[in-house]
Amino acid sequence: MKISRRKFLVGSGVIGGGLLLGFSFQDKVPVPHTRTGSFQPNAWLQITPQGEVIFQLDKAEMGQGVMTSLSAIIGEELDFDPANMVIEFAGAHRAFTNPQMGVQITGGSTSVMTGWEPLRDAGATARAMLLAAAAQQWNVPAAQCRTDNGFVLHPDGKQRSSYGELAQRASQQKHPGKVALKSPEQYRWLGKSLKRFDSEAKLQGKTTFGVDVLLPGMKVAVVVRCPHFGGSVLSFDKQSVASLAGVRAVFAIHSGIAIVADGYWQARKAANQLPVQWNKGPLAGLDSASIGSAQKAALEKTEKPFSILNEGDVDTAFAKASQTVTAAYTVPFFHHSPMEPQNCTAQFRSGQLELWAPTQTAMIARAVAAFYTGIEQENITVNSTFLGGGFGRRGYVDFAGEAAAIAQQYPDVPVKLMWSREDDMQHDYYRPPAYHSLRAAVDAAGGVTGWHHNFVSNSVLSGFGVDLMHAMLPTWVPMHIARGIGRSVADHVPPYDVSMGEGTKIPYAVPNRKVGMVHHDCGVPTGFWRSVSHSFNAFAVESFADEVAHAVKKDPVAFRREYLKDQPRHLAALNLAVEKSAWAVQPRIAGFGRGVAVHESFGSVVAMVVDVVATDNQFSVKRIVIAVDCGFVINPDQVIAQMEGGAIYGLTAALKNGVTITDGACAQSNFHDLPVLRMPEAPALEVYIVPSMEKPGGIGEVGVPPVAPAVANALFAATGKRLRDLPLVL
Amino acid sequence: MINFFLNGKAVSVDVETDTPLLWALREGLQKTGTKFGCGQGLCGACTVLVNGNPTRSCVLPVSSIVGQNVTTIEGLGGDHAVQKAWLAMDVSQCGYCQPGQMMSAVGLLSHNSNPSEEEIRTAMSGNICRCGTYPRIIKAIQQAAKNLQKEQGVGVAFYDPAVDAHTANGGAV
Repeated sequence: MKISRRKFLVGSGVIGGGLLLGFSFQDKVPVPHTRTGSFQPNAWLQITPQGEVIFQLDKAEMGQGVMTSLSAIIGEELDFDPANMVIEFAGAHRAFTNPQMGVQITGGSTSVMTGWEPLRDAGATARAMLLAAAAQQWNVPAAQCRTDNGFVLHPDGKQRSSYGELAQRASQQKHPGKVALKSPEQYRWLGKSLKRFDSEAKLQGKTTFGVDVLLPGMKVAVVVRCPHFGGSVLSFDKQSVASLAGVRAVFAIHSGIAIVADGYWQARKAANQLPVQWNKGPLAGLDSASIGSAQKAALEKTEKPFSILNEGDVDTAFAKASQTVTAAYTVPFFHHSPMEPQNCTAQFRSGQLELWAPTQTAMIARAVAAFYTGIEQENITVNSTFLGGGFGRRGYVDFAGEAAAIAQQYPDVPVKLMWSREDDMQHDYYRPPAYHSLRAAVDAAGGVTGWHHNFVSNSVLSGFGVDLMHAMLPTWVPMHIARGIGRSVADHVPPYDVSMGEGTKIPYAVPNRKVGMVHHDCGVPTGFWRSVSHSFNAFAVESFADEVAHAVKKDPVAFRREYLKDQPRHLAALNLAVEKSAWAVQPRIAGFGRGVAVHESFGSVVAMVVDVVATDNQFSVKRIVIAVDCGFVINPDQVIAQMEGGAIYGLTAALKNGVTITDGACAQSNFHDLPVLRMPEAPALEVYIVPSMEKPGGIGEVGVPPVAPAVANALFAATGKRLRDLPLVL
Repeated sequence: MINFFLNGKAVSVDVETDTPLLWALREGLQKTGTKFGCGQGLCGACTVLVNGNPTRSCVLPVSSIVGQNVTTIEGLGGDHAVQKAWLAMDVSQCGYCQPGQMMSAVGLLSHNSNPSEEEIRTAMSGNICRCGTYPRIIKAIQQAAKNLQKEQGVGVAFYDPAVDAHTANGGAV
């Protein structure tokens, strides 16, 4: 396909800067799920003459509620009850590029943030064209017609036409240009706690997650992978399992040995019995202790870390300081463990590859499938399913590459690749470990004059850049060139990957501040983990802020208020959490402690007040009071749900052991040795929302970062002991 | 061929005898509401009721349930008090663990019609939710308990072939 680079860039920009009508999409791939004869003003929306309003949900529904929130946004401006829409997973298409990420992907808490303007524009534009169609039909001025939930009303107050009746005529109307949007007081569905549209099916076991895809003649595959990261197969004894009941095929693929069987249990039994000799690869002998000391050494020997922030004169501040506070913090590798283990179904026949993939990025899944099979992306269809949790793990699509490779070698029938929980935990893209070194300068008057923060971690880009670039570039770019550019990015950019320093630019009014980053990659796969670098940076920064507050003998809340005077959003969230928790009224219970943390991420600010009770070397988290400012709230109850969920997800990583590495492999395997928070340990949660009419911020991840430091700060209040390493152990 | 009663109906499934009930349900009988989570009885996603008791189907050989009564999420019928409460509280996020959560909750309420919060937390400790819906599950179970008490005498009914042995086809729960 001939297409100019300029057109590609323009096309990408159009989606970000406000939707333009018409189909100037760049790939040969048609817009998915187009109905003949429908009014389709843009890639998201169709109205059929039968009156169906069909919304292509271009984001993955992984529990965060996009099916409900995004359809409410477009429905509001279309003036059509989102509960009555037909909502379909869009599959992969360039039209749905995430403007913050350059590729179609659900992540970074961006769905509402980036959908807010284009989806309202899309709905309002469609509504304007329906109004124009009705006006033309009735021969009255469009300005005198109104809409009411799926109908255009005639100025006479008697006649009306449904959107379906107007669909054909609407598709002949001219694009109206810039259209006016509703003002918030006109909202019927936005700002209301609509019940989730996916609840009912989920409660009846009727939802199709990836694992639930059932197709005629389907086989099930498992893959036996080298437990050592970067290792490979030396040899395997195919004959020893080939004749086991139900086993259909045993063959090597890029990531290990695939076993195809009639059912999961047969495949799994064969996998457990398969003799394999492994080449342990480049990480043989590597363990967590050596990774930790290598990180620390990397930080200490780097004279000039990559500068994330450098304001004022930090050196002079420390030279003049009458008191210096120092501390170091560490976090371990941590697993994602969504409840649905990774899986993907694939079918290869007549040169066409079809995937059914529970992924956060159908578009990268398509690119990765192309890479491992050599099949052109134009000949690959990706069907999205519901996701049994994502948390960043399903932004990586290794399972799609495996399923595609298996289907190519076992063609014609659909094959469902199933990972075990052990596979999922041992072949994750973990939250990277990090080591943080902080110091603060305090002057004679007790004022904090300097803040110096250096940290070491590795970039999550290394595991992502190649596939991202392959998917991001138009499909006419030859694959080896696209991936070569990606390799180059993944190899050269990580030391400067500012996304690893998120949340280190402290909001506190300290005049001299310096933050430096050192890149150290031990080779263990790492990746986006709900809130990414915020999750560990906030632990260091907000724990240290607490240490500084105590060092200058100030109440942690009073200290934060003093240094957040110029940060109204932080202050509002902090004050709300403080007020609702009755911060100053602390119960007289033995071992009681209360801690606070406030953190901005993904365009939102969250404050938490945590109550703990500690006895001897045990403690429990009793209550978390959460205040969030996420701008205008689409669905208050779902904001509350995400804050509850984020707090509990973060609490698992604060309290439970992470992954350790032994001999270049994950040393744990299932929920017995990688425990997660269970119901008896779940604290009471209270969520309060700061009223705001600002544009929406993110919500899916923002509940995670403040948890760990708030718990650590509470434990200090309870015991006088400062815990600086995750997991928090007294 | 393994014969048992699924949601009140006699079923036969042709799988090897050591196959866990989970796979007999999901693949053999194409009832996919019961989920695979860990394969080791650690997470509760695969919870079903065997003769009314919450049981981890991923570690239960199908041979051990011959002639027994198995109730899965599909057998709750959609308007069970527990499902109604889950809907009212909008408990689900990703929803993957919820069938198992609800089966554990049904089992709890069939033995304890008015559980305390502490009893709920203990009874539900075998069911993991990574989305963090625990606070809403607690509220939903309390709500379901109230609803069930209002529906006095209705309770949670399970098909029992010992009572109704002559109708092998059974009736839906």
